[in-house]
Amino acid sequence: MNIFFLQVIVQKDVPLPLPFPEWFLVGLLVISFLVHILFVNLMVGGSVLVLIYQILGLKKKDYDVLAHEITKTITVNKSLAVVMGVAPLLIINTLYTTYFYTANALTGLFWIMIIPLVSLALLILYAHKFWWEKLENNKFLHISMIATVVAIFLFVPLIFLTNINLMLFPDKWSAIEGFFSALALPNVFPRYIHFLNACLAATGLFLVWYLGKKEYSFEEKMPSIERNKVRKQLYTFTFWGSAVQFIIGPLVLFTLPTQGLGWNMMIVILSGASIAIFAMFYLWKELNASQENIGSHWGKITVSMAVVIIFMGTGRHLYRANALAPHQKLVAQKTAEYEKLIALAKLEKNKPKVESKEEKELPKGQKIFKENCAACHAIDKLLVGPSMKEASQIYKGNLNALMQWIKKPGKKRDGAQMPAQSHLSDQELKDIGEWILSLK
Amino acid sequence: MDFPIFHLDFLNNRWLIGIIAVLHALINHSLAVGLIPVVIMLQIKGLKESTNQVLSESWNNLAYKIMKTAFIITTTVGAMTGVGIWFSASLVNPASIASLIRVFFGAWFVEWIVFVTEVVLILLYFLTWKHFHTGRLFDKIRHLKIGISLAVFSWITMAIIVAILSFMMDTGNWNTNRTFIYGFLNPLYVPQLLFRTTLAMTMGGMVAMFLTMIYTKKDDAIRPLALKTLSKWMLVFAPLTGFGAWLYYYIIPKSLVGNMPVAMGTMEFESWYSQIIIVVAIAIGLVAITANWAYFKPKSLPKSLAGISLILTFWLMGHFERLREFIRKPYVIGEYMYSNGLRAEEYDLLQKDGVLKHANFSPVREVNANNTITAGREVFLLTCSRCHTTAYGINAITDKFGKMYGYDKKWDSDAMKGYIQNMHKARYFMPPFPGNEQELDALVAYIQKLKEYPEPLRGAQDGLGFPKETASSIYETQSVVKK
Repeated sequence: MNIFFLQVIVQKDVPLPLPFPEWFLVGLLVISFLVHILFVNLMVGGSVLVLIYQILGLKKKDYDVLAHEITKTITVNKSLAVVMGVAPLLIINTLYTTYFYTANALTGLFWIMIIPLVSLALLILYAHKFWWEKLENNKFLHISMIATVVAIFLFVPLIFLTNINLMLFPDKWSAIEGFFSALALPNVFPRYIHFLNACLAATGLFLVWYLGKKEYSFEEKMPSIERNKVRKQLYTFTFWGSAVQFIIGPLVLFTLPTQGLGWNMMIVILSGASIAIFAMFYLWKELNASQENIGSHWGKITVSMAVVIIFMGTGRHLYRANALAPHQKLVAQKTAEYEKLIALAKLEKNKPKVESKEEKELPKGQKIFKENCAACHAIDKLLVGPSMKEASQIYKGNLNALMQWIKKPGKKRDGAQMPAQSHLSDQELKDIGEWILSLK
Repeated sequence: MDFPIFHLDFLNNRWLIGIIAVLHALINHSLAVGLIPVVIMLQIKGLKESTNQVLSESWNNLAYKIMKTAFIITTTVGAMTGVGIWFSASLVNPASIASLIRVFFGAWFVEWIVFVTEVVLILLYFLTWKHFHTGRLFDKIRHLKIGISLAVFSWITMAIIVAILSFMMDTGNWNTNRTFIYGFLNPLYVPQLLFRTTLAMTMGGMVAMFLTMIYTKKDDAIRPLALKTLSKWMLVFAPLTGFGAWLYYYIIPKSLVGNMPVAMGTMEFESWYSQIIIVVAIAIGLVAITANWAYFKPKSLPKSLAGISLILTFWLMGHFERLREFIRKPYVIGEYMYSNGLRAEEYDLLQKDGVLKHANFSPVREVNANNTITAGREVFLLTCSRCHTTAYGINAITDKFGKMYGYDKKWDSDAMKGYIQNMHKARYFMPPFPGNEQELDALVAYIQKLKEYPEPLRGAQDGLGFPKETASSIYETQSVVKK
């Protein structure tokens, strides 16, 4: 008879309290994650735009210069993206310990690959930036460097998305076999496309501001292209990136597993989406504005998009909270039960032990021997070390030498070194030595 | 520990953390904490040089080039390996890192705030260098001040993280004094911080010296001057490092010293402890020789000596980190949690019920007549795999028993049982076996099977090993279906 357990895994949590109230940690998590993801957007979107402009730059040199200018912003944005990722990482480790670590382990090989992959991408980015003049006459190599970076930056988000998706669905944990099976779970790919559009939209908006600054000497650096024409191009990226979200957003919503859906989350997400319409309206105005007036609505667009993102980030958290709430109750129950079992077992163990008649009759030295030496020594055969009868022969009549050896053994034979028994008191050494020498 | 068990059966899980963490420590000591003050020193030399403009520029250019190297490495590999420590520790021992962050969350959060400041400062310091240096003296001094702030914040991050590291090693304090402040008050804190600070400064000096040899030419006027300045720096900090190391060793709790010979080299080299000490002494000696040579005869210092001394200093530091981590064993958190991720207080229950009964991610929940080897494998995964691989990897279990009983001889089950049950008394770094009698039998059978047929052990990253049918409803968590 085989007994199969068909069950959703319910694990125990770490039995330590949260360091701060949950609402505080949640708030911090949502905000710090949004900051992190914003800089990631700028890093990924920036790299994509650098690639595009470098390719355009093959025909018109000033686009190559523009690409170079954008790489300078990536240097800053990438460092902020990485450092700002630490806070949400720490908080999610704390709040969703067992869920997050489970997802990490189940996709472990690819999860840890994030480290060398991103390190490589960042190093290539530096080489790409610092060797710009050096590789003047080898544009193919130069562009392939940024293309490699873009390829890495387009793959790594899938690893992150797979992880934070898998952590929400304990019912899938026993069925997953490695990263690719987790990647195929709903709804990783719709979320991925949602993310890519955001990269384009955010970067476009950022560069409209960056290239539009009065102190920024655009005309000196790129005389043959017009500043506001480029800014309009960038606004177009933002506009289309955001417009497509009105299709992708619902796609994400409809492909989300039911577990996490709830009215709280729906209301927040849909409110966010409606605020986005306000931003789209002003984006449209910017696209239709005359060259001189580009940028006049930038502030309104940015502020409203920021509000949208806060709503979306909050909705995203609500989905997670909804999805995990029932399971978290079971985990809490199991954790509490386990602590009770531990306490019971401890009581059992601490009941005064009745020594068996045999145990009572053992010489003191032999008791100490059983506790400390039996791992490697037997009385009359070789185990890891020589038998006690052999030791008795070697140290015949020489209790002191035997005691010295036990306390600080040398090395007379091949094999493992006997560890020093420095924790034994002088009396214990004497007891054990006397017992050994009494063996015939 | 009640997590899916990620396992690398060749590299060994400890090495995953080890490689990432040692790389990170090497970078943050030698290229951040220790190097920024050196760069500032070179910058100040340039600013002080008021008569010879060419020389002043040379100092400034050298400082800039060295800073550029540091900037590139620290903001890529340096930053990512820092994140990598979190990733790898979470994969290899989630139970311990989860416990630590619930207690030290505040410390790590403050550390993070300081990191953010450090990142902003290093971006400002490096990226505005050229801009400020075409300006007036006032601008140059403003730039220098940014560098000084960066050096200070860099050191502060070290001061915070050492509190956590010292706490992990100080035995018995988890249970009595589990607070952020105690991280700073425990007896290991000041010695470790002193040692690391002086070591970082020495390493920073070595790196700067090596880079000076690369970034300047033999006949450049700046080279001997820079080498002399840097060697003065090292001649101050190298002996202080020696003092810091001695102080640190002196304070290590008595009960942990017993492990030192094993930690300095693996078990096989226990008896070579004294030889390793000699090698360490040679490394320090070489550093001293390089520094003196650079001071008295800067023009003749060979590039290779600077390079070799640098590599040896890195090696020394890597060794120290391993020693520090090893001395903690059998605990990962002193007196609270063993290296296997199980808490000391769980043992009474587990040695009665068995570990499998409470391992919710294991497809096998009990030992019976039909599953001895499989159960033994799951027990190995749960209780041994944090430090051991199975057969061909680093620290393989078949190697351990092969060394003890002979590779070609039969391994007696009773002897193995007796050993596993008592090994924590013979080998201080081994945690006690947490399972029950049947699980011990199963484990022994599994290890004997490994000797015969070494099948690599899959970790959670390749699947948990559950039968294909699983529940899709949370209602099914309590049901048992008999087939």
